[in-house]
Amino acid sequence: MKIVVCIKQVPDTKGGVKFNPDGTLDRGAMLTIMNPDDKAGLEAALRLKDQYGAEVTVITMGLPKAEDVLREAMAMGADKGILVTDRVLGGADTWATSQTLAGAIRNLEYDLIITGRQAIDGDTAQVGPQISEHLGIPVISYAQKIEIEGDSVIVERQFDDRYHVLKAKMPCLITALAELNEPRYMTPGGIFDAVKADITVWGRANLVDVEDSNLGLKGSPTQIAKASDKVRKGAGEKVNLDPAESVDYIVGKLKEKHVI
Amino acid sequence: MDFALKKEHEMARALFKEFAEKEVKPLAQEVDETEEFPRATVEKMAKLGFLGIPIPKEYGGQGCDPLTYVMCVEELSKVCGTTGVIVSAHTSLCCDPIQTFGTEEQKQKYLVPLAKGEKLGAFGLTEPGAGTDAQGQQTKAVEDGDSYVINGSKIFITNGKEADVYVIFAVTGMIEKRGKMMKEISAFIVEKGTPGFTFGTKEKKMGIRGSSTYELIFTDCRVPKENLLGKVGQGFKIAMHTLDGGRIGIASQALGIAEGALERTIAYTKERKQFGRSIAQQQNTQFQLADMATKVEAAKLLVYKAALAKANQKEYGFEAAQAKLYAAEVAMEVTTKAVQLHGGYGYTREYDVERMMRDAKITEIYEGTSEVQRMVISAALLK
Repeated sequence: MKIVVCIKQVPDTKGGVKFNPDGTLDRGAMLTIMNPDDKAGLEAALRLKDQYGAEVTVITMGLPKAEDVLREAMAMGADKGILVTDRVLGGADTWATSQTLAGAIRNLEYDLIITGRQAIDGDTAQVGPQISEHLGIPVISYAQKIEIEGDSVIVERQFDDRYHVLKAKMPCLITALAELNEPRYMTPGGIFDAVKADITVWGRANLVDVEDSNLGLKGSPTQIAKASDKVRKGAGEKVNLDPAESVDYIVGKLKEKHVI
Repeated sequence: MDFALKKEHEMARALFKEFAEKEVKPLAQEVDETEEFPRATVEKMAKLGFLGIPIPKEYGGQGCDPLTYVMCVEELSKVCGTTGVIVSAHTSLCCDPIQTFGTEEQKQKYLVPLAKGEKLGAFGLTEPGAGTDAQGQQTKAVEDGDSYVINGSKIFITNGKEADVYVIFAVTGMIEKRGKMMKEISAFIVEKGTPGFTFGTKEKKMGIRGSSTYELIFTDCRVPKENLLGKVGQGFKIAMHTLDGGRIGIASQALGIAEGALERTIAYTKERKQFGRSIAQQQNTQFQLADMATKVEAAKLLVYKAALAKANQKEYGFEAAQAKLYAAEVAMEVTTKAVQLHGGYGYTREYDVERMMRDAKITEIYEGTSEVQRMVISAALLK
């Protein structure tokens, strides 16, 4: 079985957020981590590898320093890493990103593609499903459990207070939730191997069946009007009333602000 | 000269730090209070390869270098000195001598499961009458057919009772050296469960209280000849070589304890308010923190230098002694200042610095006291 896992290097929320003048994130200037949902997707792939045997390829689009996240994935147990990086791909929104990743994945053989549900820097949850659409394969989103049965996957998809059990023929794409599992640690020996491992680097020229008009900032339908760091809220209002009066007070305030 | 860490060391540090924060820190206070060996943590570390970091892959290890191992002990000790010394004693004092002096059969039989973390290791040199003076050894091993019969006892043995494999030193005869009769010491690999090998009292200690420190008792304990480590009479050399490496491990533990105490003190002094402002805004605090941080950094450079010396040089006893001497004394000084800057709270067991100050003290004593390190260093200067 061949599994492709899409991972993203995202800003570490413990560090500060920095922006470019055009409102996009200045990724080069921030501390970074592997996106938590993607890490769960990678762990799911590695567990399938442990259980059924599989070759796990991790792929990321980003700045050259996004190579770090690929090496981290390889130190956890991924077999191959592909970095898609090119100036013309910069400033991509979800549409241009999914076009890029689909264009790269068209070079690969795969039975399963796993992406995180969403990245903590954009929170759109669009890239995974869009990749499946571009590649013409089924998608099962919000996976909380994954099993393989013959040439199919059986996935528990989280849905409000319940879950759906869905079965899809491979190849297909699954988007994973951070709750899916507890990702494994790297191992020291895995780190030493990963640092020495070859990373495949692809640019625009390696993308298959993708128009220039769908790439980078120019190919992005979404343009950022304004972005800012979290604005600190005021101290708020403290009231000291008995429970019944408190409820009335809060309800009154919510009505006053047209929340309810 | 480049002080920047290589990519693999940066990644390894991030791994050890994350593990220490998530898996070790939450238990550190409990381990100290209950004095219980953190078996579950050791099992987690075994699974991740932390018990075989500098051992080659062909012997079940991770194939990393001494610096990576040093960083592991350092990061663990930042949050829990007990966990740091468990890894250090296992790796430096048991895996290392078997890797260095063991036969291929001994490596396959003992080093592979030790490096994989399937078994835990310990080292027995110290006796009631033989601490710094290894010639005071009373434990004897007498050749008898295809075995050696060991009689005697060892004290203050880290990982005692918890370990499965022990490197034990015993007197095998007398030899003449420079006109004087000296004890001939040999090293043996002894497995837990060998008839005649039992455990005595468990030490009640000031610090590193979760580390299991036991007396080992040998009563007509029959060890097969193939468990002789190195050659007959090579024991003293093996012990000294092993302690050179062990001292780098303890230096890393001391460094970690000092760094942990400094981190907590910086955080505390920013929060604690007296006279209407944080105590971090008082110049006394600022100067104390500056001194603490500078000494910690100097200790780190000595410890890392010793780790590189172990990787690249045949002899590294001098570097190891300097690293251990300085890091241990810095650990004691920094933790003492950390308690002082925490004031009354720092004296309570609610705050980590109280435990760290107790844990720091042993680093000036075991695997060669600070006085022994000064002897080693000055002997090299004056030879």
